[in-house]
Amino acid sequence: MYKQFEFSQKLKSRLLILIVLGALLAIGGILLNLDDTHRIWANVLLNGFFFTAIALGAMFFIAVHVLGESGWQTSISRIPEAMSLYVPVGGLFMLLVLVGMHNIYHWSHTEDLDAILKGKSAFLNPVAFSIRTVAYILAWTVLIFKIRKLSLASDKSDNIKLFNKNRTWSAVFIVVFAVTSSTAAWDWIMSIDSHWYSTLFGWYIFSGFFVSAVAMIIILLFTLRNMGYMQHVNEEHLHDLGKYLFGFSIFWAYLWIAQYLLIWYSNIPEETIYYVKRLEDFPNLFIINLVLNFVAPFLVLMARGTKRKINILLITSIIVLCGHWIDTYLGIWPGALGHATFGILEIGMTLFTLGLFLFAFYHNFAKAPVVQENNPYFKESFDYDNIR
Amino acid sequence: MKQKKIVSGYFTDDKDLIVAIKKLQARNIAIADVRTPFPVHGLDTVLKFKRSRLPRAGFIAGVIGLCVGLGFQAWVFTKAWPLNFGGKPNFSLPSFIPVTFELTVLFTAFALVFGFLIRSKLGPGSDAVLYDEAVTDDHFQILLDVKDSNEETMLQTLTEVGAKGIQTHEV
Repeated sequence: MYKQFEFSQKLKSRLLILIVLGALLAIGGILLNLDDTHRIWANVLLNGFFFTAIALGAMFFIAVHVLGESGWQTSISRIPEAMSLYVPVGGLFMLLVLVGMHNIYHWSHTEDLDAILKGKSAFLNPVAFSIRTVAYILAWTVLIFKIRKLSLASDKSDNIKLFNKNRTWSAVFIVVFAVTSSTAAWDWIMSIDSHWYSTLFGWYIFSGFFVSAVAMIIILLFTLRNMGYMQHVNEEHLHDLGKYLFGFSIFWAYLWIAQYLLIWYSNIPEETIYYVKRLEDFPNLFIINLVLNFVAPFLVLMARGTKRKINILLITSIIVLCGHWIDTYLGIWPGALGHATFGILEIGMTLFTLGLFLFAFYHNFAKAPVVQENNPYFKESFDYDNIR
Repeated sequence: MKQKKIVSGYFTDDKDLIVAIKKLQARNIAIADVRTPFPVHGLDTVLKFKRSRLPRAGFIAGVIGLCVGLGFQAWVFTKAWPLNFGGKPNFSLPSFIPVTFELTVLFTAFALVFGFLIRSKLGPGSDAVLYDEAVTDDHFQILLDVKDSNEETMLQTLTEVGAKGIQTHEV
């Protein structure tokens, strides 16, 4: 009934073509823009962070459901599980950013810092930044591998101890994630606008990558169903995924407006500079960002029926995923470059990392049965419906 | 007042209730109402209830709330009583958003609550008859209206599907 996924040669070669094409475009873009090192490194950061964060969001998805002892997600939990295993690969991009940090982060030029950046230098200095980056990647990777190992062990044995252990490790992950998701967002994204800070920035970034992770789960689920796998996933599961996409799009918009509104009201130049840069140099993207990430999913997914149709869900997920790529772009470009750039470098880097992400996903998804049949909540996953 | 005859029987498990309803339907016995202590999953599907139109009412009320909230603030701050708040323009969309949001939610909530009360004839002063007080505790009760078919068959079928406490009520 649960057909084992096979990473077919056809799919493999298609993804390899995507990766090679992306790499060629990226190399071409780099050669064309050799003098614009800011742009090259900003691209590494953008795509490195975006896909690592999606993988991390997928791990959060599993951990929070294991802790909440929810039943419905056990039918799809292998998808976020395989996604989360991309974190060490994406982490390599973040380690690469350490090499080029002078091209992105103003505070890393320790030789000429003004008074404000000197005040921040106890936290924001190249050594501490590198240590933290390595620590985040290591901590996440260790926990993700641990939870994956327990999950794979549960395929061979129905011992309840494995489930309880999984819960303990998920709790550990949540605690680590609660701190590191915020501090990583400060380090990697917020500190690009070195003088500026916002206390809810960590949650803002988190809400963005979590909803991207849900969108990615839906897209991957669609591709798997299209290839003839995961046929056990029914409308109720889609409905719940749709609710996630809908709810967390609103949550993202809520944090966006909360941050914007306070800065707009108080009208202090040190704070408004963040939005002035974005509104003056990226006026169109600023609006597109809100339309793609809030208006579109809000209006489309409000009705019950649209959440239960995989084609509509798929289109909305693609819109939201593009929207959050743009949102991350808007977090990096104004501070690192100060003007919008879009060309074969951006396209190539995105295709390259997307290809790596998809390849890692299918590779890891093929390694395990498509469902956790020994999960105590597995039967419950098919024995429920969303109330009308 | 017109006399109404109701036959009732109860179950102590929601799964038994669903099975019994399916059996009754197979024998073409119309079910007047089902009373349960909590929402039973799948019950509305089995009873072939049409989907409630309440969400639509809520949506329309929400759109009205949005227009009222935005329109009223725009009118007050530009026409009726323009004030200078920190040098900001009189028509400042960001400052209208929280109030607009709250009014949208308020209108939707009112439409949902009162729409529900009116359509299900509930609320203060309504005449709610409980045939068995235990439906608020652990009884899942099926009600059959005698005018739909023969009383004898009803009593017999209810016994056959395993209902307990079968009674006839005259209202």
